[in-house]
Amino acid sequence: MGMFEAILLTVATAATPLLIAAMGELVVERSGVLNLGVEGMMIMGAVAGFGVAQLTGSAWLGMFAAILAGAAFSLLFGFLTLTLVTNQVATGLALTLLGLGASAMIGESFVGLPGVRMQSLNIPVLTDLPVVGKFLFGQDPIFYISILLTIGVTWFLFRTRAGLTLRAVGDNHTSAHALGVRVVRVRYLAVMFGGACAGLAGAQLSLVYVPQWVENMTSGRGWIALALVVFASWRPWRILAGAYLFGAVTIGQLHAQALGIGIPSQFMSSLPYLATIIVLVLISRNKRLTLMNTPTSLGKPFVPDR
Amino acid sequence: MKKLLMALSMAASFAVAGAAHAEDKLKVGFIYIGPPGDFGWTYQHDQGRKEMEKALGDKVETTFLESVPEGADAERSIERLARAGNKLIFTTSFGYMDATIKVAQKFPNVKFEHATGYKTADNVAVYNSRFYEGRYVQGVIAAKMSKVGVAGYIGSFPIPEVVQGINSFMLGAQSVNPNFKVKVIWANAWFDPGKEADAAKALVDQGVDIITQHTDSTAPMQVAAERKIKAFGQASDMIKFGPETQLTAIVDNWGPYYIERAKAVIDGTWKTHNVFHGMHENLVVMAPYTNMPDDVKKLAEETQAKIASGALKPFTGPVKKQDGSEWLKAGETADDKTILGMNFYVAGVDDKLPK
Repeated sequence: MGMFEAILLTVATAATPLLIAAMGELVVERSGVLNLGVEGMMIMGAVAGFGVAQLTGSAWLGMFAAILAGAAFSLLFGFLTLTLVTNQVATGLALTLLGLGASAMIGESFVGLPGVRMQSLNIPVLTDLPVVGKFLFGQDPIFYISILLTIGVTWFLFRTRAGLTLRAVGDNHTSAHALGVRVVRVRYLAVMFGGACAGLAGAQLSLVYVPQWVENMTSGRGWIALALVVFASWRPWRILAGAYLFGAVTIGQLHAQALGIGIPSQFMSSLPYLATIIVLVLISRNKRLTLMNTPTSLGKPFVPDR
Repeated sequence: MKKLLMALSMAASFAVAGAAHAEDKLKVGFIYIGPPGDFGWTYQHDQGRKEMEKALGDKVETTFLESVPEGADAERSIERLARAGNKLIFTTSFGYMDATIKVAQKFPNVKFEHATGYKTADNVAVYNSRFYEGRYVQGVIAAKMSKVGVAGYIGSFPIPEVVQGINSFMLGAQSVNPNFKVKVIWANAWFDPGKEADAAKALVDQGVDIITQHTDSTAPMQVAAERKIKAFGQASDMIKFGPETQLTAIVDNWGPYYIERAKAVIDGTWKTHNVFHGMHENLVVMAPYTNMPDDVKKLAEETQAKIASGALKPFTGPVKKQDGSEWLKAGETADDKTILGMNFYVAGVDDKLPK
C-alpha cells in the first residue's frame, strides 16, 4: 500500500464521523432548530453501538442500536424544545452534558474490553486496484453510508416537496404554519433524523475508528460537526468538502511531524481549527450569500396559535 | 410544638453525631485528569485509590473528581474537595501544580500530594515516578525487535516527563543498536483515542515497525495490532487490546504509596517531601514480556533487574545532545534536577523538540 493511498484512507476515516453528524445537524438546522447536543447524542451512539456489538458479536446490530439510541436521545431534546418550548441553546448544552455523563455510566462495564470491528469491504480485483482501489472499494460500510447520506440529503432538501416544506419551516415558521404545515411535527422528524445521524457517527467511532469504549471518546467531534454546518453555510456538498478538508489537515499535520518538519507541533495541531476560522471569515464576508442560506427561524421558539 | 422541638433537637444531635462520625474517617480526595475508564494513566491512579480503600477499610473515605482540565477549573475543583472536608488530596497531573500550591495556602490544615511536579510547601508533598526507567527497557527491546531500526513515539505534550521518556527510550535502543532512530509525533492531548489512532497510523505509514506512546488511551495499541506490528502499553497493562502485539507495558503502581501516605496522615506523621521513586521502590512495574523471542526477553529482564538494583542508570554518559554537544561524560550520571527539567533531546531522535 503506497503512502498516498494510506493517507487517503486515514483521512476518510477521520472525516466520516464529522460528515455524518454534520449532515444530520444540517437537516435539523434547516428546519429551524439549533441542537447543540450533537456531542451528547454522538457519544450515546458510540456507547450503544459498542455495547450491542459486544453483547451480540455483530457490528451491524451495534450500528443499528447506535442509530436508535441517537434518535431516542434526540427525542428528549425534541420534547423539551418543541413541546415544552424551552431555550434551544441551553437544552442542547444540557443534552451534551447529560450524554457524556450517562454514556460514562452505561459504559462502565465496557471499559477495557476489546471491541468488535466492522469489517471493511473486500471485492476481488476492484479492491486491489492500485492507488484508489482501497479508497473506493475497500472501506468500511459506514463510509459508503456517509456518501449516500450526502447524496440523499441533497436530493431530499432541494428536489423533493418534503424537503421544500422542511426548508419553509426553517425559514419562516409562522408562514409555514399559516399555510397549514405542521411545524412541530416536521421539526420533530428533523430532530430525530439529526439524532440518528449523530448516533451513527458515534458508532463509526466505536466500531471502526477505534473499536473500544472509553469515556469521552468523541473528544469534541460533535462540536466540530456543529462548526462544519456553519462552515458549509448549510449546504450538503460543502459539508462533505469541509469534513474532508478538516480530516486532511488533521492527518497531514501528523505526517508532517513524523517527517520531522520543523514547525511547532502545537501550531500544526491547531491548523484544522485555524482553517475552519479562516473559511468562516471568508464566507461571512459575503453577506448576501450567508443570508440566503441561513435558515431565518434558526433557534427561534415556535408556539402555534390555534 | 413540642413534637417539632423534639424533632429539631433530634435532627441537631444527628447532625453532630454525623459530623463526629465523619471525623473518625480520613476523607481523601483525588483529582483526575481523565476518566477512570481511560484504561491508562487515570485508570491506574483509580486502581491505587481502590487499593487504599481496600487496605485501610473504614478508616478512609475517598472521593474523586474526574476529567478536570488543567487550568482555572483545576483550582476550583481542588478547592471544592478541600471545602468538602477532605484532609488529604492527591492531584494527579503535572498541570495541577500551581493550582495545588494556591489552594494549599488557603487550607493549611489539609495535606496535598501533587504527582509529577516540583513545587512543594509545608502541606504540599510531591511524588514522582521514574517512568523513564521502564522506557529504557522498552528501548532495549525495540532495538532488538525492530527490523527497520526505527520506532514511532506518540507524545502528549513536550514537558520534561515525556522528554525523559523519549531520551531514555533512545538511549536504551542505542545500547543495542547505535544507529537506531525514533520518530516522534506530538498529539498535543493526553487523551483523544481518535487522534492517537491517527498518529499511530501516520507513523506506521511512514515505515516504523514498533510503536510506543506517552498518551493515555489504548487506541495506538489497537492500530498496531491491526497493522501487525509491535507496540508497548502505557500506564497500565494493555495486553487485552493487543494479545499478539504488546511487548510489555510500563505499569504505574501507585497503590502502596497512597496507602502509606494516608496512614501517615491518620498517625499524624505526615511530612512534606519530594520523592522520585522508580523500579527500586516498585512504583514502576513492567507488564509480562510477551511476543518476543527468549533471548530478547532475557535481555529485558536483565536490564530491568540492573535498573531496579541501581547498577544501571539510564542517563549515564557518554551521551551527546541532539545538536552534537556533549551532555554527559563517560561514566557521569545525570542528577535528578536535570532529569526533572529535561528540555532537550539526545542524539538520534528524529524530531525537533517543540518549545
